[in-house]
Amino acid sequence: MRHGSYRFVASFLAIPLALYAIFVISPFVQAFYYSLTDWTGISPDFKFVGFDNFRTLANDSVFRQALGHNLILLIGLPLATIFLALVFAYLLNVGGRANAAGVQGVRGNGFYKLAFFLPQVLSVPVIAVIWATVMTSTDSGLLNSVTKAIGLGTSEYLANPDIALYCVLWVLIWGSVGFYLVLFNAAMSGIPKDIFEAAIIDGATRLSTFFRITLPLLWDTIQTSWVYLAILALDAYALVAVMTAGPGGPDNSTTVMGLQIADNGFQYGRAGYASAMGVVLFFLTLIIAAVMLRATRRDRIEY
Amino acid sequence: MTTPDNLSRRLFLQRAAVGTLLATGGSTLLSACASGGSDDGNTGGGGAEQTTENPFGVKAADPLDVVIFKGGYGDDYAKAHEELYKKKFPETTIKHAGITDITPQLQPRFNGGNPPDVIDNSGASLLPMSTLASSGQLADLTALFDAPSIDDPNKKVRDTVEPITLEAAMLEGKPLVLDYVLTVYALWYNKPLFAKNGWEPAKTWTEFLALCEEIKKAGIAPLAHQGKHPYYIGQVLMDMAVKHGGHEVIKAIDSLEPNAWKHESIKAAAEAILELKGKGYMMQGTEGLDHIQSQTAWNQGKAAFIPSGSWLENEQKPVAPKDFETTATFTPLLDGSKLPVDCTEISAGENFIVPEKAKNKAGGLEYLRIMLSKEAAGKFTELTGSPTVVKGAAEGLKLSPGASSANALLESGGENNWTTYFATWYSTMDKPIRSVYGELAAARITADEFCARAQKLADDTAKDPATKKQTRS
Repeated sequence: MRHGSYRFVASFLAIPLALYAIFVISPFVQAFYYSLTDWTGISPDFKFVGFDNFRTLANDSVFRQALGHNLILLIGLPLATIFLALVFAYLLNVGGRANAAGVQGVRGNGFYKLAFFLPQVLSVPVIAVIWATVMTSTDSGLLNSVTKAIGLGTSEYLANPDIALYCVLWVLIWGSVGFYLVLFNAAMSGIPKDIFEAAIIDGATRLSTFFRITLPLLWDTIQTSWVYLAILALDAYALVAVMTAGPGGPDNSTTVMGLQIADNGFQYGRAGYASAMGVVLFFLTLIIAAVMLRATRRDRIEY
Repeated sequence: MTTPDNLSRRLFLQRAAVGTLLATGGSTLLSACASGGSDDGNTGGGGAEQTTENPFGVKAADPLDVVIFKGGYGDDYAKAHEELYKKKFPETTIKHAGITDITPQLQPRFNGGNPPDVIDNSGASLLPMSTLASSGQLADLTALFDAPSIDDPNKKVRDTVEPITLEAAMLEGKPLVLDYVLTVYALWYNKPLFAKNGWEPAKTWTEFLALCEEIKKAGIAPLAHQGKHPYYIGQVLMDMAVKHGGHEVIKAIDSLEPNAWKHESIKAAAEAILELKGKGYMMQGTEGLDHIQSQTAWNQGKAAFIPSGSWLENEQKPVAPKDFETTATFTPLLDGSKLPVDCTEISAGENFIVPEKAKNKAGGLEYLRIMLSKEAAGKFTELTGSPTVVKGAAEGLKLSPGASSANALLESGGENNWTTYFATWYSTMDKPIRSVYGELAAARITADEFCARAQKLADDTAKDPATKKQTRS
């Protein structure tokens, strides 16, 4: 490119870059700075306290609990979501009849796609309120009435500290599957049909076409999904804040790092300490994303 | 209905919208830039002759600028108060604003040195009171409390209000805020339901258990509580404990004294809660219900009693059946209680302030003095159904069943009514304590474990160097 066109391009990028610097980069940098102070969040006066916040954080048992809950979500959410989304996407795409005309999806797959995608259209608090109502703890609750009628007994769901976190995990999965189903579905339809047909002519079963064709050709998409879902699992703030008792309860059984940040930053007047938590969360996210991308790296298949 | 508890829920939804703490860094930077504002040498109004009728020397023609938080109480009451002010100073012009976003609208005015003359600083986005107080933005209300009362010039204003007003007014050791609305906390029941079954609210623990047994036999749960927000059941626990051991129990807790939570009265009350749960007197599943679900179940007659504050009747108006009579009663007395049964927990709320730099500070103080007249306070109660801190202002008013029963409880309790501050003073302790209340109410911990866990939280708060300690006398 000639020298003049650099200036031309830069003039177009200047405004978006400035906006990005002000609204994304600068808050990040400020959070790092505030994590080294005792800022309360509502007063212009604060002191520089070095790494005190991080030292306190290392001994904060509630934050450790929150971290543990995020790790449970981190394992459960991507595994379950990707598994379900893959299965459903595969069924929609090549689950139907296979004949001379090629491989087809199940009948009415457009409707299924729409139905599965619907949760994605709802905002998170709406999903949280709907599911909190479904999982009402009284015996006359929606889900309890059904399970009682078919002889499965009842549960207190979110009021039971042993299972409350898994109730939240379920709602996270329910809300995510649809999006990844559509994503995988799109990726699958990108795979040339003749590969499947050739495999079927060679006598491959549905199962082996899935493992030997679909999965390897979808690997890039799955890898990306995994990272996105991991980031979602490290957050989970909105669902926990709306659905659970307290929120974060009962007895901290559902608290997550995001909730601890919000509590400390806005409720306890400890914005400096909350910033330190934010910094820890930032690096955790970065490390987990890097490790996942590295661990799941495979050679790309060109077709 | 705007209630302290609703506010906190609304707050965290707003915070969920904010989404990330990182964003706050930017806003501080902006507000730091927007700060400053010089003292332009305004006099704060006044200057007219100070008389018994006009103790602050308000100049009759000075305009008055009033900003009211337009929440659950609306702002019609403020318009009525402004009429009273206008009647006294016909030449004045009053600028009235009823808003909900107090901080966004008023922060620039404080920073610019031209704040309004009277503010009801309440709601989800109120200006932080402690910051206003410590930065000297609030007028000292000593002159107001020492001024002659409008109803009886021989009495000082301080003698015409509930004593809690003077205690709640204190910030940084000075009276800086007028908390105008009185909240009465109680156990609530539906009078017609009780009359139909021949039930009476019980006075002693033994009677209460017998009543619960009868209610249970009738197929109704004796007690529901708002399990998702366990501070409601904490209200019952603490009320029984304070009545058992006297005001000293709650003062020790508020002052973070060692072993305050291990007091025998707290333990006795905790055991009482466990007994209610153990005997099956709590509504099944109530631990998982929020305030709307549990209170609606109570309105539908699925539970006999529910704990709440005096906002309950208004809050439930849309769902309560026509013949429902929300009625307040006291918690029962445990054996060996020091206080009589007919008292309860109260609190003062809605922060009315006069900014130190207000153009018509004298007018602002006079406005508050007018608010504290029986006529103005009666208007407030009439329009909102809530009692105020003005003594005897509800006399002769035709009140709803909820308001009149709450008022009766307030009157019968008198000096024995109690209040607590630790939840507002120590926000880091408030939420964890609620969690422990919840565990107790679900009978997942014993009374001893409850006392130990609560005490640990109090000790941690007392040791925390970042927390400013306060004591009650």
